[in-house]
Amino acid sequence: MSTKFFDFEKQRPRLSRREAIQRTLFAASGLVLAEHLSFKAFAAPPNARAKAVIQIWMWGGPSHTDIFDTKPEAGYDYCGPFKSPIETNVSGIRICELLPLLAKQADKYSLIRSMTHGNNGHETASYIVQTGRQPGGRLVYPCVGAVVSLAKGYDAGYKGLIPPYVVLTEPQGRFDEAGFLGARFRPFATGGNPALTPFAVEGVVSPGVTEQRQKNRRELLHHLDTLAQTLPEDPQITAATQAENLAYDMILGDGAKVFDLSQEKADLRDRYGRSKFGQSCLVARRLVERGIPYVTINYAGWDTHKENFQTMRRELPNMDKGLATLLQDLSERGLLDSTIVWWGGEFGRTPKVQWEAPWNGGRNHWGKVFSALLAGGGFRGGQVVGASDAHGEEVKDRPVYPVDLIGSIYQQMGIAATTSLPNPEGLPLAVMPGADEGIKSAGLLKEIMSA
Amino acid sequence: MRVVKQNPNCEFGGHARPGRRWLRLRVRPAGARCSRCSKSRTGRAVEFDLRAALSRTMRLAEVRAPSAKRADPTGGQPADLEIGDTAGLETCGTGPAGVRRSAETPLRRFEIAGWTLLLLLLLAVRLPAATPYESLVAPTPQNKIDELVLARLKVLHLAPAHPCSDAVFLRRVTLDATGTLPSAAEAQQFILDRNPAKRGALIDRLLASDEFAEYLALKWSDALRIKAEFPINLWPNAAQTYHHWVYDGIRTNRPCDQFARELLTASGSDFENPPVNFYRAMQNRTPAGIAQTVALTLLGERAEHWPSNQLANLAVFFANVGRKATAEWKEEIIYFNPASTNAGALNGAAVRAVLPDGSRVKLTPDQDPRVVFADWLVKDPQFARSLVNRTWAWFFGCGIVQEPDDFRADNPPANPELLAWLAKDFAASGYDFKRLCRMILNSQTYQFAPLPADANPAAAANFAYYPLRRLDAEVLIDAIDQLTGSSEKYVSEIPEPFTYIPDNLRSIALPDGSITSSFLEMFGRPPRDTGLESERNNRISAPQKLTLLNSSLMQRKLEQSRMIEFQSSAGRLPDDIVTGMYLGILSRFPTAAETKTAEEYLKSGIGRRQGTVDLAWALMNSSEFLYRH
Repeated sequence: MSTKFFDFEKQRPRLSRREAIQRTLFAASGLVLAEHLSFKAFAAPPNARAKAVIQIWMWGGPSHTDIFDTKPEAGYDYCGPFKSPIETNVSGIRICELLPLLAKQADKYSLIRSMTHGNNGHETASYIVQTGRQPGGRLVYPCVGAVVSLAKGYDAGYKGLIPPYVVLTEPQGRFDEAGFLGARFRPFATGGNPALTPFAVEGVVSPGVTEQRQKNRRELLHHLDTLAQTLPEDPQITAATQAENLAYDMILGDGAKVFDLSQEKADLRDRYGRSKFGQSCLVARRLVERGIPYVTINYAGWDTHKENFQTMRRELPNMDKGLATLLQDLSERGLLDSTIVWWGGEFGRTPKVQWEAPWNGGRNHWGKVFSALLAGGGFRGGQVVGASDAHGEEVKDRPVYPVDLIGSIYQQMGIAATTSLPNPEGLPLAVMPGADEGIKSAGLLKEIMSA
Repeated sequence: MRVVKQNPNCEFGGHARPGRRWLRLRVRPAGARCSRCSKSRTGRAVEFDLRAALSRTMRLAEVRAPSAKRADPTGGQPADLEIGDTAGLETCGTGPAGVRRSAETPLRRFEIAGWTLLLLLLLAVRLPAATPYESLVAPTPQNKIDELVLARLKVLHLAPAHPCSDAVFLRRVTLDATGTLPSAAEAQQFILDRNPAKRGALIDRLLASDEFAEYLALKWSDALRIKAEFPINLWPNAAQTYHHWVYDGIRTNRPCDQFARELLTASGSDFENPPVNFYRAMQNRTPAGIAQTVALTLLGERAEHWPSNQLANLAVFFANVGRKATAEWKEEIIYFNPASTNAGALNGAAVRAVLPDGSRVKLTPDQDPRVVFADWLVKDPQFARSLVNRTWAWFFGCGIVQEPDDFRADNPPANPELLAWLAKDFAASGYDFKRLCRMILNSQTYQFAPLPADANPAAAANFAYYPLRRLDAEVLIDAIDQLTGSSEKYVSEIPEPFTYIPDNLRSIALPDGSITSSFLEMFGRPPRDTGLESERNNRISAPQKLTLLNSSLMQRKLEQSRMIEFQSSAGRLPDDIVTGMYLGILSRFPTAAETKTAEEYLKSGIGRRQGTVDLAWALMNSSEFLYRH
């Protein structure tokens, strides 16, 4: 019989003695080398201030100089028609004039204006920003959501019916979110559109089938499942039965009620905005209330090679309403302190507008510097981390690499940087890259992390 | 229960053939027709009559029936049926209730004695239960594979399972060899066929089909990482040429040593010389990375577990792989570059290189080291071992060495003699892949029922029964689409402007790992990032169950299905509907209990159309549909 170092059937690492000693030595050496590592977050145990993350993924790369890092002084060629950014309720911070509601909430969030990785390809940049690692090696790393799903999901005692990692509403498809962790840590994509009634969450809400018919046909299924009756102890059959029971708990039980937005007051729904993004923010809040540790809202449409300013005019108000109301709602319900809100995309966009054909007023990809937003979960609000130069083209000071931002999120979630990642090759991989992996880092976001 | 002979001429497929006489226990009135035809019109196939078998065993003499009128106590009704030969007969479930019996025959006392004797025999011998999955045909070893497997089971004191029934065999081998579901007509025809060599004939037919080539090309494409986009970045043109080359090779039964040699030694453009894509279809293209990939794909070994100098030695053979671009977008030429600046590369001087088995060879500057390596590889026993083991794993779900790409000293084969013999035989046959498949599929070991005869967990690892395995994502969606007459919508992350996908392209024929769909992603289709067999995840999960039980996708397919519409059309009897559904979806006839349950549901006031849709839904969600068995 083969000795398996990693038993995929049970998804728990089974250590041989050799492995156990190896890992202990690795961990011990990690502690010893802690001083010499460029990101030294693990000397003290991380505090679990945050319990959940709402990630707003700006799919396509949002234009950083048109949203949170405005440069009106650079001239029309750089800022286009958005010449007069507005002051927020934190003095010294100004954002685009199309975001008045967010301007009133600036004390809740912090802006990172010096994100950088230098890559301009959609998939590669998405991979770098969401995993913190560089592609090209043998391994495809899991993104933040999958790691949180691993550390805070079923294996860590999560008992909810809804999977611990939810995507509203389509997965972004640029790379495999779960990486080598396997399909078990893939997100549950709801499908559908929360702005429509009913919110047809794929598989959970089936508009054409009544509850009675669900129950009747389930009974028929049980009576006709001859193979399952013949082999009740087969592990495949027991796994299938378990999966079926879980599925029905969602369909017929309370599991699906979280997606029923008619339970919310109409004026709250209006405040979020009746757009797909706005209502997705509301669903995200409900999910986090129910204890789901990681929700991604995939907000598409920001790849503005053409029609950059038209898209901003159309979408920024939706984004403004949704995000501002989300922050306010979380804060009012006392959830903001335990919920991290992370807004960002894979890169920014060319600060100098491309007026020529075929772009006619568009912006290209810009991975040298771009912006991100962090709120809640112990991240202080009202701050700005880093800065870009006068045109928004280069990092001026305090570069923030994706691994730093991700490391800060893990720190606030109480996920130790040395937490091991189970992988099919049995390699000793940890949640945060070690010094030998050569990942560029400028240190965690200590400026905005509160102890 | 009683024996009913099969008459392929009768449209209901299962009742007496007038004229054949073996042993008449009961009387037949003159001009009798099949009691089925005249009475209940059920299309049921065979039921097993213990009493008849007993009588046959006791070799009772044939008895001529007295004249019909006198001897028929049931007043003119057609009496019981005759018993025929047993070739191809098997159980498919319990018989109908209410079998009519005639008056006592003079042999009754003899039969009672025989009953008692057989009962005693039964206590010593285990007879298979009358499930639709097992056959009563006595098991017979077919080839050396069986000899070796049974010998091992004997040593471990494990009992092998009974042979599987014809219906199970048909479905299993069609899915395993071609990744497609047999049609209802094929199922009915095969089950009722009385040719004793029908299983072998079916295997030959399947191996000659295009679907076999498509399905095995899919499996090879997974191992070779044929994927156009991140992180493999083959590019669509190259991925599709490469896939077509693999497909062609399997269809024409290209010998595996030639296959490996071409992969390793090809040079030229990735668009025009498909096997060069072997050197492009990997994430790490350094010489050490290439060596790791070669070890994984062609030797079944993970070079991470090798001593470090062994990998470095192997990398020397690939240090002279040159790459250059051309004016054509994304075209790359792979060639032997004698002036390569890679570490360990030949650069004018001869080099002494060490092969993975420790033997040394001298590389001269004018000679492509890849050719030297390929010459060694196709003669190395590990190459043959890894290939036969991988093939075994494809058909059995578990290799003789498991994982199939993890040969290690501390991961021994479950049956070393079997592996050694298979490898030797494969090499001696000239690496004939179809011949290997034919041998495995014809073996008794492959044709065990899914019901283990032994509760010992070692039974699974030693192939004492056929293990249940969830269908692959591609196979499952193709089966659902075949039954509902729908097709899948594919997407690719990068728009591929010159890729044409016809409407009815089945998922097993997808050439490129980047062309996918949400269903395929959810059901564990491998991302083809590493080429490991374990990248494919066939474990069932709650979201998968949600999709199958309640998604709008499934509901739409069922409601728009023309087959279901036809089945539920006016004029079809409930019994026909049920039989048709079972033959189409589960490739077998329903048992009496199943028919009863289904008919009750259809008549329960839900409406014929909705009832039929729900019946199809229930069958497609049953374990029997979702799992290979």
